[in-house]
Amino acid sequence: MANKTKYKTAPLKTWQRAKEIRANYYRNYGTAHEKGGLRWAGGAWSFDAIPAGLGDDVYSITSEPYGATIAFQKEFSDDCLEAAEREGYARDLCAYMRNYWGSILLDKYGWVEPGEERKPFPKPDFVWQDHICCSHAKWYQVVSDLEGGLPTYCVDVSVGPYEHLSENGMEYVVGQMHDGIEWLEQTTGRKYDDEKLIEAVYNTCRSTSTWAEICALNQTIPAPLEEKTMYSLYVLGTLQKSSKDVADFYDELLAEVQERVDNQIAAVEYEQARVMTDTQPPWGFLRVFRYLENVYGCVSVGSLYTFSLIGNWIWDDEGRFVPRPTPQSQGIEIKDRDQALHVLAEWELSKPEWQHFYHPKYKSDMMIQIAKDWKLDGVVLHYNRGCEGLSLGIAENRLAILEAGFPVLIFEGNMGDEREFDEARTMARMDSFMESLDIPKLEQ
Amino acid sequence: MITTGIDVGAKNVKVIIQEDGKILGKGLVMAGLDAQAPIQGAFDTALKDAGLARDAIEKIFATGAGRKEVADADDSYTEVGADAAGALYLYPEARTVIDVGAEEGRAIRVDERGKVVDFAINERCAAGAGAFTEAMARALEVPLEELGPLSLTSTKSVPMNAQCAVFAESEVVSLIHAKTEKRDIARAVHDAMSTRITSMARRVGVVPEVALIGGVARNPGFVDSLQRDLELAVLIPEDPEYISALGAAILAAGIGK
Repeated sequence: MANKTKYKTAPLKTWQRAKEIRANYYRNYGTAHEKGGLRWAGGAWSFDAIPAGLGDDVYSITSEPYGATIAFQKEFSDDCLEAAEREGYARDLCAYMRNYWGSILLDKYGWVEPGEERKPFPKPDFVWQDHICCSHAKWYQVVSDLEGGLPTYCVDVSVGPYEHLSENGMEYVVGQMHDGIEWLEQTTGRKYDDEKLIEAVYNTCRSTSTWAEICALNQTIPAPLEEKTMYSLYVLGTLQKSSKDVADFYDELLAEVQERVDNQIAAVEYEQARVMTDTQPPWGFLRVFRYLENVYGCVSVGSLYTFSLIGNWIWDDEGRFVPRPTPQSQGIEIKDRDQALHVLAEWELSKPEWQHFYHPKYKSDMMIQIAKDWKLDGVVLHYNRGCEGLSLGIAENRLAILEAGFPVLIFEGNMGDEREFDEARTMARMDSFMESLDIPKLEQ
Repeated sequence: MITTGIDVGAKNVKVIIQEDGKILGKGLVMAGLDAQAPIQGAFDTALKDAGLARDAIEKIFATGAGRKEVADADDSYTEVGADAAGALYLYPEARTVIDVGAEEGRAIRVDERGKVVDFAINERCAAGAGAFTEAMARALEVPLEELGPLSLTSTKSVPMNAQCAVFAESEVVSLIHAKTEKRDIARAVHDAMSTRITSMARRVGVVPEVALIGGVARNPGFVDSLQRDLELAVLIPEDPEYISALGAAILAAGIGK
């Protein structure tokens, strides 16, 4: 296990481009009205390819990455959380949601341009959401109330796990999508462009499949990427998976990561142990990852969360967990709106991160396969008090992973509420875990 | 080989000096904001107890939350590693180690080679640790050392919450106002604490034999509650609060690894 080989390292060449895409995303949303464009708000899981049919000047703000962006700014996050609590919202609700609501209540935008003052929160023109968990279902009802009433459309996706997806279930989702397009036309007064929808669906499949391919390359020893950096890369898919910019970026990144694999360029200079995490990390304390890397040469190669919140995967005929090939790569040509919506619905409903809302066993199976294929020494689970949706069942996942023979460390925290994270104790646990795995400190 | 283990805990600094597995001396001093004086004080006490000079010590290993404060340490181990080493040295048959100290409760599962295979630690609140019994003893106006024996005289089970030490104290005050007998409240305190520790231990799996270490193992009321909850008798060493320091000392000698 412990080998102390020194690997070559190099910064990512595409890093700057990733930062630009993210900055442009928040900038464009903030200034959309100045250019005659539209703004919409919704979750990172929403079918964002559909509003793309309204035009190229329609910009979104996806709520979870926005909540995480706020969480990273600890002082501002505290202000937002307290504002939500003053309004009467309970402290144990989704932490992203509370950060988001606080930002509206304070009328302060979570994105600050370098060298500029924080601006007021840019009010969306409409809400485009889907219901994947309890919080997602209610989130924008409150947003609409706080904003004085916003046109809101939600797609109910509760049609069961993909392996049991029925024709009726598909038609139920697709039917809502069709209705949603009519609703978008009525709400915005714009004519809908099916060609733009089709392009956005292709982009969605391309970006999410390519991200999975990138993550699959992390099976290599030494890992070409570590998870802290991966957070800054996967987030682009959570912002706008249907955009050409994001899909093109992932193509570029895939080529670079393949080059790193071919040349044994490591993310961590002295990789001597490999772990994965689970669920959103405590965003204000990402240095936990650097601690593991710098003190123990322990690289977190990712997680089911990082791989597949956006990335799409499939079990192949040999029982391997592999990136799902895009419909276009399988020769499928999308010809009209109905076909585009069917492809989009089927693609999204197959995503791994949607499955474990139905039963922890789906998640356990995938996590165990990752632990094997990514050659892990252990697993670090975040009992995330800030997200019921992704934390429910995690204790069962722990038992399954232990039974499969992988040591597991748990720590409690909160992805978006720094008041619920004890950094010193978490580090102490990491020390105990590394010691129990017989991973020596690098200085030794 | 004469070695020393220094456990810088949340409340006390404990030092063990051993030679070939035989304990030569021990020392305990209350920890303070300045870690150095208590560390030195406990070390001096142990040296005196062993009848040795500092030069006789060949190796020092530190453990405990404040282990980085031990400037002379040759190496350090986490509390989990030191607990397992110390308990397994005394009880090779133990497969589960429960350590209830001043601030933390820990449950550790070890395999037949003494290797840690899983562990759990109480989260944030000290409701499952020694600080909790101290606070409850204060609320009951009972000396801490009498809380355990007092609870053993109780024949009545009173339900109490121990998810939060502060709320539990309020509950104790309410029970006092409700004229509940002190001995029954004392038992309720230990039962609640035991429930919390047992629940944590079950997360890693309670496999006999079970060794109970840490200062709270001196409290017979807690031991009684824990044994009832676990439905088994636990192994308790003579000086349970020193076991982590013992573990560090024998690891320094290369015995426990």
